[in-house]
Amino acid sequence: MDNGIVNGVIIILLIISFAGLTMWAYSKRRKPDFDEAANLPFADEDEPPHRDQNASREADSRHDKGERNT
Amino acid sequence: MSTAFEHPTYNYKVVRQFAIMTVVWGIVGMALGVVLASQLVWPELNLGLPWTSFGRLRPLHTNAVIFAFGGSALFATSYYVVQRTCQVRLFSDKLAAFTFWGWQAVILSAVVTLPLGLTSTKEYAELEWPIDILLAVVWISYAIVFLGTIKLRKTSHIYVANWFFAAFIITVAVLHIVNSASIPVTSTFSVSIYSGAIDAMTQWWYGHNAVGFFLTAGFLGMMYYFVPKQAERPVYSYRLSIVHFWALIMVYMWAGPHHLHYTALPNWTQSLGMVLSIILLAPSWGGMINGMMTLSGAWHKLRTDPTLRFLVVALSFYGMSTFEGPMMAVKTVNALSHYTDWTIGHVHAGALGWVAMITIGSMYHLIPRLFGRTEMHSVGMIAVHFWLATIGTVLYIAAMWVNGILQGLMWRAVNPDGTLMYTFVESVEASGPGYIVRLIGGLCWVAGMLIMAFNVYMTVRRGEGARQPIPQTA
Repeated sequence: MDNGIVNGVIIILLIISFAGLTMWAYSKRRKPDFDEAANLPFADEDEPPHRDQNASREADSRHDKGERNT
Repeated sequence: MSTAFEHPTYNYKVVRQFAIMTVVWGIVGMALGVVLASQLVWPELNLGLPWTSFGRLRPLHTNAVIFAFGGSALFATSYYVVQRTCQVRLFSDKLAAFTFWGWQAVILSAVVTLPLGLTSTKEYAELEWPIDILLAVVWISYAIVFLGTIKLRKTSHIYVANWFFAAFIITVAVLHIVNSASIPVTSTFSVSIYSGAIDAMTQWWYGHNAVGFFLTAGFLGMMYYFVPKQAERPVYSYRLSIVHFWALIMVYMWAGPHHLHYTALPNWTQSLGMVLSIILLAPSWGGMINGMMTLSGAWHKLRTDPTLRFLVVALSFYGMSTFEGPMMAVKTVNALSHYTDWTIGHVHAGALGWVAMITIGSMYHLIPRLFGRTEMHSVGMIAVHFWLATIGTVLYIAAMWVNGILQGLMWRAVNPDGTLMYTFVESVEASGPGYIVRLIGGLCWVAGMLIMAFNVYMTVRRGEGARQPIPQTA
C-alpha cells in the first residue's frame, strides 16, 4: 500500500469516528447523564468555606460589607 | 499565609499560592512587555547592556506571561476545579506543594538565565537542559496529582472542564519532552537532536500545540467551569462540549506547518497545515458559541457583574482570534502577514483578549472564595480593570494590524524595473506611530493589573480580618 491509500484510509476512519462521536453525544439515551454532568459545578455548594460562617456571611451581605471605619 | 481558611475537604492552600503568583507574575510579565514596547519606540532604552537588550528580554517576557502568569493560573484553576467537580481532596498534598515550589523554581531560573543569554534558541522553549529536566519532573508530578485526583473522584462523571485540563497536561508533557530533546555539551549549553527542516517542523509542532493545548485547551477548561459558575447556570450544551473537545484536540495537532509557509518545509506539508488550520475554525467557534450561549437568559447580569464581563469579552476575543488565525494560515494571506507586526497583533488578541481576560475573570471569581469572602474587596475596581484591559487590547491589536499590513505592503512593493520600492529601514520608520499606540495599550494593561493587585491585597487582608477584628483602613 502506498502512502496515499494509507492517508485516505486514515481520513475515512477519522470521519467515521467523528460522525460516531457526534451521534453518541446527541443520542437521547445519553441526555440524563449529560444533564447530571452539566450540573457538577453546582453539585458542591458549601461556600463560604469554613469560618465563623454566620457572622461573616452577615458582614458580607451588609451594605458596608462589615467595614466599620469607612 | 494564614491557615484560617482551611477547607475541611479540599486543599485550597496550593490553589491560593498559585492564584497569588498569577497576579504577581502577570504584573512582572506585562511590565516586561511594556519595557520591550518602549525599546521599540526608544531603542536607547536597552541601556547599551547585553542583559537588557531586546533579544534577551523578549524570551523572558514570553516565558513570564505564558508559563509564569498563564501557567500559575492553570495550576490554580485546575487544582480548584478538579477538587470541586470530583468532590475529593487532591491526590497528594506533598506532590501538589512540590509542583508549586518546582514551578516557581523553573520560573526563577528563567529570570536568571535568559538575561544572561543562556538559551537553546527554540522559541517558547528557550530554557537550557537542566531547567528543562526540572520542568519535565514538575510537569509529570502535576499530571500525577491531577489524574490521581480524577481517579479518586466521588462523582460518576468527569466534568468536561477536567477533560480539557487533562488533555492540556498530558499533551504539554509530550510536547515539552519531545521538542526539548537535546545533547548536553556543558551545563549551560546543549545541541538539539533535530536539525534542518525536521528541527523546524518539530519546533512548530511544539510551538503551535503550545498555543493549542497550553493557551487554548487549558483555558477552555477554565471557561467551562467559571463561565457557568459566574452566570449561575449550566453550560449551554454539554453534548456540544463533548464534540468540541474531541474535534479540537484531534485537529489542533496538525496545524503547526502554517508557521513555516514558504520555507524549506515540503510544499505538501505546508498545504496540509493550511487546510487543517482552516478546519480548526469549526471546533474553535463551537466552543466559543457554547460559552456565549451559556449566558442566554442571563445577559442582564453583564450590566452589574464586571467579572462576568471579563469572561464574556474573553470569549469574544477568542472567537475573533480563532477566525483571524485560520485566515492568516491561508498561504496567500500569509505571504502578506508573515514576519510582520500583524502576527504580533494576532498573538496578543489571543494572549491578552482571550488568555489574560479569561484568567482575570476566573481569578476574580476564585480569589474571594479562597480567602473566605463572597466577593472581591471592590467591584468598582474590577470594572475599572475591565475597561483598562479592553481598551488596552483594542489599542494594541489595532496598532499591530495597521503596522503589519503597512510593512507587508511596503516589503512587497516593486518599481517597474523590478527593484524594491522601499528599504527595510523605511518600513521600520513608518511603523513608529503604531509602536507608540501599542505602548499605550500595554500601559493600560499594566495599570489594570496593578489595580487588580491592590484589590486582591485588600480582599486577602479583609478575609483574614474576618477572623480577628483588626483596625481597618479608611
